[in-house]
Amino acid sequence: MTDALAGKVATPRDVLTGSAPLADETEGMSYLHSLPRRLITVYLPLSLIMFVLLFPFYWMALTSIKPDEQLLDLDTYSPFWTWNPTIKHIYKLLFETEYPIWLWNTMLVAVCATALSIIASVLAAYAIVRLRYKGAQWVGGAIFLAYLVPPSILFIPLSTVVFQYGLFDTPFALILTYPTILIPFSTWLLMGYFKTIPFELEECALIDGASRWQILLRIVLPLSVPGLISAFIFCFTLCWNEFIYALTFISSTQYKTVPVAIVTALVDGDIYRWGSLMAGAMIGSLPLVILYAFFVEHYVSAMTGAVKE
Amino acid sequence: MAIAFEQAGTKRVMRDATAWERLKTNREWLSLWFMLPAAAFLILFLAYPLGLGIWLSFTDPRIGRSGVFIGLENYEWLWGDATFRLAVFNTVLYTAVASVIKFAVGLYLALLLNEKLPFKAILRALVLVPFIVPTVLSAIAFWWLFDPQFSIISWSLKKMGLITANIDFLGDIWNARWSVIFANIWRGVPFVAITLLAGLQTVSPSLYEAATIDGATPWQRFRFITYPLLTPIIAVVMTFSVLFTFTDFQLIWVMTRGGPVNATHLMATLSYQRAILGGQLGEGAAISTAMIPFLLAAILVSWFGLQRRKWQQGESND
Repeated sequence: MTDALAGKVATPRDVLTGSAPLADETEGMSYLHSLPRRLITVYLPLSLIMFVLLFPFYWMALTSIKPDEQLLDLDTYSPFWTWNPTIKHIYKLLFETEYPIWLWNTMLVAVCATALSIIASVLAAYAIVRLRYKGAQWVGGAIFLAYLVPPSILFIPLSTVVFQYGLFDTPFALILTYPTILIPFSTWLLMGYFKTIPFELEECALIDGASRWQILLRIVLPLSVPGLISAFIFCFTLCWNEFIYALTFISSTQYKTVPVAIVTALVDGDIYRWGSLMAGAMIGSLPLVILYAFFVEHYVSAMTGAVKE
Repeated sequence: MAIAFEQAGTKRVMRDATAWERLKTNREWLSLWFMLPAAAFLILFLAYPLGLGIWLSFTDPRIGRSGVFIGLENYEWLWGDATFRLAVFNTVLYTAVASVIKFAVGLYLALLLNEKLPFKAILRALVLVPFIVPTVLSAIAFWWLFDPQFSIISWSLKKMGLITANIDFLGDIWNARWSVIFANIWRGVPFVAITLLAGLQTVSPSLYEAATIDGATPWQRFRFITYPLLTPIIAVVMTFSVLFTFTDFQLIWVMTRGGPVNATHLMATLSYQRAILGGQLGEGAAISTAMIPFLLAAILVSWFGLQRRKWQQGESND
């Protein structure tokens, strides 16, 4: 499966720039279609889908800067634009709630869990692909199966386990459980990258007397930096996105992560709460969107890499 | 390689390796050290809880006390429980409808993005944004969009003269179901579209040109070139899509908490409600365990159903 598919999948750079390896430079058959025809068959449906996909974000951003009186009065003011934006909601969020603490918690948990998972995955992937111990293939398969175990069937027994280990309601409950979601994914991804590194490089190093550890640090890791970045940002995104473990294992407000805190602590009876809720949702997604803007290619590579096996 | 050398050529070992050195260089031992961190995490926090979950479903524990073995009692009770049956129905409906539409729209979007377009790179980057933003946060945005009184959707439809009263998106049983399904589709389409696009880009344009010369219609070009070549990637993408839709928790919990009158309860949300909020750990664990056969079935169907074609064509499975 692995090698057969690997050849068929375009690299992420190709996906983004639109120059697939097999596609030649000619314009293909597109000259056969006239502009009016393309307007109906391509541009119209495409803009419709894009509108639906992006409108919630526009609405989110707009709501977070609308003054209260315009928020609920759709008839007096045009609901799709505001001429007097306010930072009241964002100010309230940052200085009158514990939002900065939640952001910090989320960041801390995401960075620690991601770092732990990457270290564990690098070692495991290297052992499976290159040390090829007895049963390595079975372990590889088992790790893929672990990727298919969803958190929503694990959280109940895991909550009793977390309780037994004395981790309940501490950030460690999340830092130590998130890797179970991340390790299978990133091990699988890194296995793919390690396979592309030529054997000969390692053989040379072995002849020169390098230990396996040195080979990993000096040869394999520098060559798989793109894979490491992909794994890192994808794990980071998954951590930021995780909800059910954080909801179950954390009960004090001071340890909550942004997604959980917004749903449990920020939703109050205030009829004007929408402004600060939307501001919270917007600021909570901002770190990921910024990260995404810088590493689009790596995201796509992580996604297609996970799928192509 | 050095290790093979060490194992094979026993005669040529210069001196006896000490136990410590063997631990450092022997392939099997070295592998053990390398696998240890990942194995520790996966065994302690994945394999053990998975087994424990199945065991819990045969006991009657509460939060703070362990239970005793009660056999199939939890399952018997669930079998007669109308709410559980409703949750199973909802989960199957949610998964089936959302997956089919996600696949159709995702494939369509991928085909559109594969056309020659201005600002192609930016468009593709924008498509993925719903997938990047944390689900809970976009679910809150949908909650606001679906507000019973101030929904901008109701307002726009009223202005256009299509409806006269606000739509109660999340308060009415079927409206609520369609609303959460819509939100799930919205979130899942980018993933399907971008991964299928990666597959589409490897299809050589000369195939389409040849087919056009032979007089193939656009539908025939899709049916006999694009679809067969995409099948392997479709199988994988849809397996993941079905898996994540079936076990969805976040969207439902944020938007409806399973309401109105349990109309949108999925098995995952019901198990959370029973086990964590209600304290019935055994019952919740039984609901979770009951998801496993459904999951396996869904995975097998989407995997083998779409892979069969490959075997028929005589390609090897690997």
